[in-house]
Amino acid sequence: MSPTPTRSLIPSTTAEAVAGLRRARTRRWASVVTVLSVLVIAVFVASLMIGQTFYPIDEVARVVAGQQVPGASFTVGRLRLPRAVLAVLVGLCFGLGGVTFQTMLRNPLASPDIIGISSGASAAAVFGIVTLGLGSTGVSVLAIVAGLGVALLIYALAFKNGAAGIRLILVGIGISSMLTALINWELTRAAQWDLQEALRWLAGSLNGANWDAVIPVLIALVILSPLLIGQSKSLSITQLGDDTAEALGVGVSRTRLFVIVTAVGLIAFATAAAGPVAFVAFLSGPIAARLTGPGPSPLIPAGLVGALLVLTADLVGQFALGTRYPVGVVTGILGAPYLLYLIIRINRSGGSL
Amino acid sequence: MTVPTTVESTAARLRRSTHVRLLWMCAALVLVVALMIASIMIGSRSVDLGDVLAALGGSATGFDQAAVAKRIPRTLLAVCVGAALGVSGAVMQGVTRNPLADPGILGVNTGASLAVVIGIASFGLTSASGYIWFAIGGAAITSVFVYAVGSLGRQGATPLKLALAGAATAAALSSFISAVVLPRGDIADLARDWQIGGVGGVTMDSVELILPFLAGGFLLSIYCAPGLNALALGDELAAGLGQHVGLTRALSAAGAVVLCGAATAVAGPIGFLGLVIPHACRLLIGVDHRWLLPFSAVTGAGLLTASDSLGRIVARPAELDVGILTALIGAPLFIVIVRRQKVRSL
Amino acid sequence: MTTDHSLSAEDLHLSYGDADIISGLSLELPAGDITGIVGANACGKSTLLKSMSRLLTPRQGRVILDGRQVHSMPAKQLARTLGLLPQTPIAPEGITVADLVGRGRHPHQGAFSRWSAADDLAVAEALDVTGTADLADRSVDELSGGQRQRVWIAMALAQQTDILLLDEPTTFLDVNHQVEVLDLLTELNARSGVTIVMVLHDLNLAARYCDRLVMLAGGGIHAAGTPAEVLTEDNVEEVFGLANRIIDDPVSGQPLMLPIGRHRTLC
Repeated sequence: MSPTPTRSLIPSTTAEAVAGLRRARTRRWASVVTVLSVLVIAVFVASLMIGQTFYPIDEVARVVAGQQVPGASFTVGRLRLPRAVLAVLVGLCFGLGGVTFQTMLRNPLASPDIIGISSGASAAAVFGIVTLGLGSTGVSVLAIVAGLGVALLIYALAFKNGAAGIRLILVGIGISSMLTALINWELTRAAQWDLQEALRWLAGSLNGANWDAVIPVLIALVILSPLLIGQSKSLSITQLGDDTAEALGVGVSRTRLFVIVTAVGLIAFATAAAGPVAFVAFLSGPIAARLTGPGPSPLIPAGLVGALLVLTADLVGQFALGTRYPVGVVTGILGAPYLLYLIIRINRSGGSL
Repeated sequence: MTVPTTVESTAARLRRSTHVRLLWMCAALVLVVALMIASIMIGSRSVDLGDVLAALGGSATGFDQAAVAKRIPRTLLAVCVGAALGVSGAVMQGVTRNPLADPGILGVNTGASLAVVIGIASFGLTSASGYIWFAIGGAAITSVFVYAVGSLGRQGATPLKLALAGAATAAALSSFISAVVLPRGDIADLARDWQIGGVGGVTMDSVELILPFLAGGFLLSIYCAPGLNALALGDELAAGLGQHVGLTRALSAAGAVVLCGAATAVAGPIGFLGLVIPHACRLLIGVDHRWLLPFSAVTGAGLLTASDSLGRIVARPAELDVGILTALIGAPLFIVIVRRQKVRSL
Repeated sequence: MTTDHSLSAEDLHLSYGDADIISGLSLELPAGDITGIVGANACGKSTLLKSMSRLLTPRQGRVILDGRQVHSMPAKQLARTLGLLPQTPIAPEGITVADLVGRGRHPHQGAFSRWSAADDLAVAEALDVTGTADLADRSVDELSGGQRQRVWIAMALAQQTDILLLDEPTTFLDVNHQVEVLDLLTELNARSGVTIVMVLHDLNLAARYCDRLVMLAGGGIHAAGTPAEVLTEDNVEEVFGLANRIIDDPVSGQPLMLPIGRHRTLC
């Protein structure tokens, strides 16, 4: 059935070379994932130890194991542990969701925080805080529903003879400007107390993290991330352009819709818990792609980079800068020079992720 | 060889299209005057035409005439800012040869905002006369940056790359704004009020303050209009037509930045006006920048005056800020423009 | 080894939005042949090719592969029999040649299945056949236009389909690379009987390299058959509006079209 020339014609060296190159890529990918995981764990443990009071690692270990340690049990177990866990989860969600969009739209700038996918969640949350006076659970539910709704609206508006990625990006930017105007309007009507709350939420913050906030994000991650990772092959094929991808048997429109819903789901749950932590979704993918090299799926490394970013930025924002900054301000400012770097690099090669 | 009669009939057709343009121009001017009068009459307290005329004559007796006296500077400012943003958008679209260029989309507004917020926080600025240089500086730096970023890479400044570069830059600058404002509870209100913008509550001082900037920016833009026509054909061709491409681009961009920065300094960031107005104008009078720029000024003034009046009506007795209204009107139009473009030209 | 797949279009109506491009076209593509689709600009050549490969759903009519409607076949199953190389495929930044060619194995793999030795072998074959094995670990960005086109053809070969559709495989190539690509496709066709259908701009190269030509005009087929049957003075005049002479190509014996403009002619 296949148009195979007779076996003897193929110098086996080529096949061996091809296999060798592929194994090298896989090895690099595996070592990157290992190193990133170790780093995430290290910063995670450090963030449990560091704070107003320093607790040595053995006390932290005992608290995590469930033992009662005077002082440490409250500070580490009730304050720092949920905060660090939320940082990891939120980072994973943003990293996975962001790299998905960047890969799908073939553009490192097209991350969901920039093209307005997450602005729906923000606008809804501010509306919930300011106008409806909702508590944190209500705000979360509203943010998740609106995040998905706005993303689907953008997809629908961009759909014309198939949803071209470029149109999706531009429509997203338009919608996001409109939602920003709505957010500003809400803020003008906000009472002083609500204003502080809303601003802090908009900046993206892990303050007041508790287990109630952690659980929904954890559930979303456990359900959605395997679905997303299952699509990673189709996703990497769509990078070759819609026509080529269709020719290789990938249903582009269907893959795109499925992947958008899954990725937006991750991002909406994370946004609902911690606010739109700026630029994590934008930064994680390109950093991960840089580490693993082109080729292998950047999804899992990007998730880990996201977790590392949020953990580190939160630690820095809390203790390294004098004033306590919310995590989103730190990541946003980290993002600016990276944006420059990314653009200079695009200049050299003219390509995508 | 071409037959003489054809040349004559072609010339006649060209003259006719000039008449049509003049007609549109006059119609737009009349409309703006009407809108200005309406803007003075409308508000939480509606005023009749007699009081308007009396107040314009200088008398300020009675509540109605006092209300009018407050609304006159506001209306004038709306006209100025609208005209400035309309022209600035048209010039930016011409310079970048990009249908989606707009101070809001390109992040220039956010750059001006950051500069002003830094001015408020670090230099204790409290009024528009202080903001204006910061706003112009911020707008200039940001527009150069975004354009440089967006035009890197193989195909130069495609609409997509510019819009993305603008959005990404705006996102980064917003984080800086948060970093400046969050630790300073004392300036949060001032910064917020400025950021939301609008032309309400201004005095004649603001109008006088920005007039020289607007006049300068406008003259510079008009001066560059023929050059922009050449640029529309592409850099190589423009150079082939004897146009100094770099200089034209720099001068007209400077004009656009001054206009947009000055307008932003007094009225806060107002998005989408600069995007929508040139598109509407091109539909009516074509793509010749010598006509497009003045026409954009007139229609921009009209749209902003109308939006400001509308904002006072829809949410009575409160007011809906004009920047929010223009975004709500402009964003759907933006999406329509995007949908109409062929994917390849994005 | 020849393959016996049959690909045909029946009463095809194609449109983009409101604009009808092709109306009522029927076409049978003989297995094992090289067929060239020619015609004036915007006559629907690429549109036809897209529709044959399921990318564009016809407004009316159907495309039949081995008795089954192409548009109702599972995507991956179709992609194991029929490959398409679009006019402007996109290479992700920094991707290596071997990796890009490996992407052609997608239709042969499950969502979680591991890369097999057969996949490696298919990629190696494709690299060898197209003479790109030496480039395997190079980045696609660094390649010249001719090399890049060979790499894309290698990707389509790694897909191991019996039918290969190519949309202007020679655009942007200089003349020696055009000939090189067409030679390569001819060798493939001769060696393993791959049915090749391609859109070509250059009438003379099309006449030289194709077994059959299909000339499109006015939303349908103007002429189809051997190059000698299709590339006639009357047909070229009618379809392209161009006065011309047809002579025998002294190199290939196929027809050779010489355009006659308003100036610079002897008669």
